[in-house]
Amino acid sequence: MAKSSSSDAQALIRSLRSAYAATPTNLKIIDLYVVYAITTAVIQIVYMGIVGSFPFNSFLSGILSCVGTAVLAVCLRIQVNKENKEFKDLSPERAFADFVLCNLVLHLVIMNFLG
Amino acid sequence: MGAKAAENGAKSSSSAPSPPPLKAFFRLKTKQQELLIRVASLALIYVLAFAVRLFSVLRYESMIHEFDPYFNYRTTLFLTRNGFYEFWNWFDSESWYPLGRIIGGTLYPGLMVTAALIYRLLRFLTFAVHIREVCVLTAPFFASNTTIVAYFFGKEIWDSGAGLVAAALIAICPGYISRSVAGSYDNEGVAIFALLFTFYLFVKAVNTGSLAWALASAFGYFYMVSAWGGYVFIINLIPLYVLVLLVTGRYSMRLYVAYNCMYILGMLLAMQIRFVGFQHVQSGEHMAAMGVFFLLQVFYFLDWVKYMLNDKQLFQSFLRITLTFAISVGALALGIGTASGYISPWTGRFYSLLDPTYAKDHIPIIASVSEHQPTAWSSFMFDFHILLFLFPAGLYFCFKRLSDATIFIVMYGLTSMYFAGVMVRLILVAAPAVCLISAIAISATVKNLTSLIRTKGKAPLAVSGKGSSSLKASAKASADQSLPFQHNCAIALLVGAFYLLSRYAIHCTWVTSEAYSSPSIVLAARGAHGGRVIFDDYREAYYWLRQNTPADAKVMSWWDYGYQITAMGNRTVIVDNNTWNNTHIATVGRAMSSYEPEAYEIMQSLDVDYVLVVFGGLTGYSSDDINKFLWMVRIGGGVFPVIKEPDYLVNGEYRVDKGAAPKMLNCLMYKLAYYRFGEMTTEYGKPTGYDRARGVEIGNKDIKLEYLEEAFTTSNWIIRIYKVKPPKNRW
Repeated sequence: MAKSSSSDAQALIRSLRSAYAATPTNLKIIDLYVVYAITTAVIQIVYMGIVGSFPFNSFLSGILSCVGTAVLAVCLRIQVNKENKEFKDLSPERAFADFVLCNLVLHLVIMNFLG
Repeated sequence: MGAKAAENGAKSSSSAPSPPPLKAFFRLKTKQQELLIRVASLALIYVLAFAVRLFSVLRYESMIHEFDPYFNYRTTLFLTRNGFYEFWNWFDSESWYPLGRIIGGTLYPGLMVTAALIYRLLRFLTFAVHIREVCVLTAPFFASNTTIVAYFFGKEIWDSGAGLVAAALIAICPGYISRSVAGSYDNEGVAIFALLFTFYLFVKAVNTGSLAWALASAFGYFYMVSAWGGYVFIINLIPLYVLVLLVTGRYSMRLYVAYNCMYILGMLLAMQIRFVGFQHVQSGEHMAAMGVFFLLQVFYFLDWVKYMLNDKQLFQSFLRITLTFAISVGALALGIGTASGYISPWTGRFYSLLDPTYAKDHIPIIASVSEHQPTAWSSFMFDFHILLFLFPAGLYFCFKRLSDATIFIVMYGLTSMYFAGVMVRLILVAAPAVCLISAIAISATVKNLTSLIRTKGKAPLAVSGKGSSSLKASAKASADQSLPFQHNCAIALLVGAFYLLSRYAIHCTWVTSEAYSSPSIVLAARGAHGGRVIFDDYREAYYWLRQNTPADAKVMSWWDYGYQITAMGNRTVIVDNNTWNNTHIATVGRAMSSYEPEAYEIMQSLDVDYVLVVFGGLTGYSSDDINKFLWMVRIGGGVFPVIKEPDYLVNGEYRVDKGAAPKMLNCLMYKLAYYRFGEMTTEYGKPTGYDRARGVEIGNKDIKLEYLEEAFTTSNWIIRIYKVKPPKNRW
């Protein structure tokens, strides 16, 4: 049972890796950015666990800025990905401009909320 | 060059003289005609929505109505005089003496900031308006804007015809007019506009999948959060809608983009309002949105892995692992959060929506507000008229043509109708949904009927014009001939539909004029000869307070009148309509329902200088303090067990005549209300001391006050003010 599940897991990881290697480079860059943002969020949570969550608004703004940029980057990836039929008449420049605008609003609010 | 141009000019001017406007209209192409009609009707609807709300301004004067708007007016005045920084950090020591109130942190600033901005803009354009005029007319102005938003929303859901009908219906719908009439300067006037606007932007974002529209809907949500506590409806309806789309399989990438952007940015923006604070991550009422957010991440991640793997077997095993992991983590987090009390459960007002009997047993102050009572059928009919039976018809049409947008409006309609059934005040939230869905029904029906009329007229033409060459035309002609009365039937139905709509318009105007345009602070009645008699006692009393009492006098009254006393009388009050401190209100309730010596002790402890009571016995005014007295007893008894409600009743009956309970006949409220009333003759043929509001002769006519003295009674005895005597000298 364990052997088959472990070989299952290996086959899973192998096929995932090969499928992922086929994605275009610009999407991989966006994925790297998302991973970076999530890692920063995890580091902040660990720090909060050690030090305590006062002042809460600063903690929230830090976490939400990481999560916010990650989510917006995923939205950008969705809109730029050529394999998505729904977005085929959306130019990548427009998608990027929306991304920049939303990030601007996000960070302005974060700066106000940081306290 | 110049001669040639002049020649051309002369030629063109002589060849085409300018036609009269009507002929010019018919020379336009059909599309331009349609656009002109649409714009003209929208402009008329805009003006209509504003004009129908002006009854009370025309009949009485331009003043603020009711109770809550006076607080909003006072804060707006403060904002325009002292600027935003002072307003945001304002601590008010004139209410809730001796506690004070942190106004900056306990109000929804949207309404005040909006009115102040409009005032600044008008002043900048050198219109010298007073802030009171701006406040009075803010609600009708935003009602007009709501009709425009309703038009675009209807266009998004169905088509532009439905949009026009929706705009026309919501312009005069009594359910909406009741809270947005001129003078009703309350949060709902602006909040319904923000609600519909946010919903429209979100539906647009889901339809287009664009980040820009999602950002706009986040800003719409921010405006709603700043305007009204009812934003909880939005933050629960939208996740529910996302869940329904996921479950029915209509999910798409556009949904992911729209919801995520709106949730994160909307949540961040909402937390900037101090009154809301951290509720979006700590309160049980907002957890649905967060749960759906995490669910979406998991769902779309799995979808992406499935797409990448392209292999069913491997995906199943991956699915199993991930799902068990995610569900266990989620359940654990939720369980720990709720059990440890970090995530607060559904509180007070919102819990009583899910369990309507909760407030009556546990929180009497919520149960006592008349707007929180369950709705009767007559209220629905009164506020919606024909829309009530057009609503199911519209639901039928929506189900026939399901799309993301129609699913949303169906959900909005059903949930808001449920809540409207639980609490009368929430008919306001249901009004836009009901108008939109009914508009779909009307528009689809009228379209079908008119197309029936048109095809019958066209078919003979086609047959005669093309001969019998087209099989389709002949088949159509024969089919039409098989239902000979179809044409007449359609015309009859159309006439019936227009008759119904005209009755709706008449009903709405009548309702607005008779029921929803009274200022509540000025009362009117018909005199003996049919002339109008105005009772302006409230303002008379408040201005007496303002001009005849020392500036630091403290006034004790029931919490209904607190806002008006601070706004117009400019004196410190003990409790007001904010009702944030139940114990303080219970103290006042206890004072009103105790015998005079005990009440005097309580008033000494609160530094009370004047006591204000409202009495309707002389005029027959039925919203006075004697009718509200049992609520004072219940609220006081809820905190101080020494006050027991059965002491004031006789066999479970509330009486004020000779057979009343002795505690009732000697409590402070009874004495203050009926002092010297025993000598008054109120009606011909009745004994002295006949209370016209209760319809009985009062029981205790010879009232002596030991610790208070009468300071002022208004001309119709509606408001009575008493001064608390200082303690007697020891010797």
